[in-house]
Amino acid sequence: MSFILRRLGAIVPTLFFVSVMIFGLQQLLPGDPAIAMAGEERDPNVVAYLRGKFHLDEPLPVRYGYWLKGVVQGDLGESVRIQRPVTELIVEKLPVTLELAGIAMAIALVIGISAGIVSAVYKDTWIDYVANVFALWGLSTPNFWLGILLILFFAVRLGWFPASGYVSPFEDLGENLRSMILPAFVLGNALAAVLMRHTRSAMLQVLSSDYVRTARAKGLDERVVILRHALRNALIPVVTLTALQLGELLSGAVLTEQVFSIPGFGKLIVDAVFNRDYSVVQGVVLFTASAYIVLNLLADVAYVLINPRMRA
Amino acid sequence: MAAVAFADVALPRELSPGERALRRLVRRRGAMVGLAFVVFFVALAIFASWIAPYDPLATSWSAVRKAPTAAHWFGTDEIGRDVLSRVVWGARASLLAGLVSVGISLAIGVPVGLLAGYVGGWVDMLISRITDAMLACPFLVLAIALAAFLGPSLTNAMIAIGIAATPAFVRLSRAQVLAVKVEDYIEAARAVGNSDWRIALRHVFPNIVAPVIVQATLAIAAAVIAEASLSFLGLGQQPPAPSWGSMLNTAKNYVENAPWMAVWPGASIFLLVLSFNLLGDGLRDALDPRHI
Repeated sequence: MSFILRRLGAIVPTLFFVSVMIFGLQQLLPGDPAIAMAGEERDPNVVAYLRGKFHLDEPLPVRYGYWLKGVVQGDLGESVRIQRPVTELIVEKLPVTLELAGIAMAIALVIGISAGIVSAVYKDTWIDYVANVFALWGLSTPNFWLGILLILFFAVRLGWFPASGYVSPFEDLGENLRSMILPAFVLGNALAAVLMRHTRSAMLQVLSSDYVRTARAKGLDERVVILRHALRNALIPVVTLTALQLGELLSGAVLTEQVFSIPGFGKLIVDAVFNRDYSVVQGVVLFTASAYIVLNLLADVAYVLINPRMRA
Repeated sequence: MAAVAFADVALPRELSPGERALRRLVRRRGAMVGLAFVVFFVALAIFASWIAPYDPLATSWSAVRKAPTAAHWFGTDEIGRDVLSRVVWGARASLLAGLVSVGISLAIGVPVGLLAGYVGGWVDMLISRITDAMLACPFLVLAIALAAFLGPSLTNAMIAIGIAATPAFVRLSRAQVLAVKVEDYIEAARAVGNSDWRIALRHVFPNIVAPVIVQATLAIAAAVIAEASLSFLGLGQQPPAPSWGSMLNTAKNYVENAPWMAVWPGASIFLLVLSFNLLGDGLRDALDPRHI
């Protein structure tokens, strides 16, 4: 409990610096931020409105205070382009990205952990070699290129999956899954490679430990030794890594959603960038960073809970 | 007599740690393949004007979206430009982005990490919290946000990637300094009256270089993907200048009838990133202090 309280205390300064950094992004805009945010027309009325709304005539720390007060109350500002609160837009788009990230994570876990186990068990054989090549492929392939190749092969040539677009699961669950398989595989590809490498190295460490040797000496079946004795302990660091990788999935979703025209969180930030909708960009980055910090905390807590030695 | 005979035997010169690491690196086939491809891409980038068969910006309305032929090995794009020439010139943008952005990260990250680790106290606490805050933003999201506010261009993309990758170097350098500064030789350097500056630069810094080199090599791979990603989103190299990412952005609209437009720029990104990853993995194994 004291550990959790200590960790909670430690995230406060981090969140503070995140807020300063994201507020500071606005200062990077060349010239007058009100003019930059007013779009191509630069309507003087809009400029004056923005200057008043963002307190641009006030000193910087005072502006930060106003901004932070709004953020704490859940007000991330308003989209200049579509005149809607940023929080509302995030809440609307987030479920799509979470579904995509969830399926991608499931694919990555199945492929990554299985490949990691097999690679460790058959260390220095051709199976290990193939698994390592697969990991290098996953780490080196830009996911937007993989997306285009999969569209070309599975959507255009074979017609098995739609090339782009999104169907809500509440409208048609089957179509929803069909539209999500390719983007989820693309998004999960790099994560599967990371998980494979970590599972392999954790398994190799555990397989050479005394208790595994004892289990083998007792005459236990090799499958039982690997799955019941070795894997359970090898998965502890992998579990925490998985939670931390969710942040990376959100990052990857930006490109994947762009390739497959999925109207999620990633597309929201890209559209905002091109419409110079800076409040949306700030809101999305702030939300992502905060979510990452909370996930980090949960990963630490999970690590303590599943690792008895940490509790002692 | 026996002692004289023993002294006459020419003993092999003992290799320095650097030479031993180099020998280990050369023995790693993967790292050498990676290095060969890196050299190949560097040559493409430097000699692009001699290697590219056509002007990468020259359009030809009579050769729009032509499949690969003897005249155009990689085919042509949506306005008749030669894809091979654009891929060759695109190597320049990718490598430049990789090297410059990692240069920025090194120039900021290593001194700041050195300062945090060596000075400690509130300086360390402040730097660590700022680093945590930057690491809390996923790398690409932070780079997109920075590039969006700075404005779309290759230079700004490199700055954005460089800044977004900096906290990893701060954290690594700080951790290495913390491990090195408790060593006996640092204590000895202090005991003989060296100043803090001298100890930090002459004794601590050289001992943290190896892991920083490994991280830098792997960071170049990440920076190449990041530049391609930003260009793919329209935030990096601006058309008509060739860049692998922006070529893919255009190619995705013609994937049904001109797939070659997507294959080659993507394969180039993949090969270059793979090469740096192979080289980085090899360097990590070769420079691992446990082996030296």
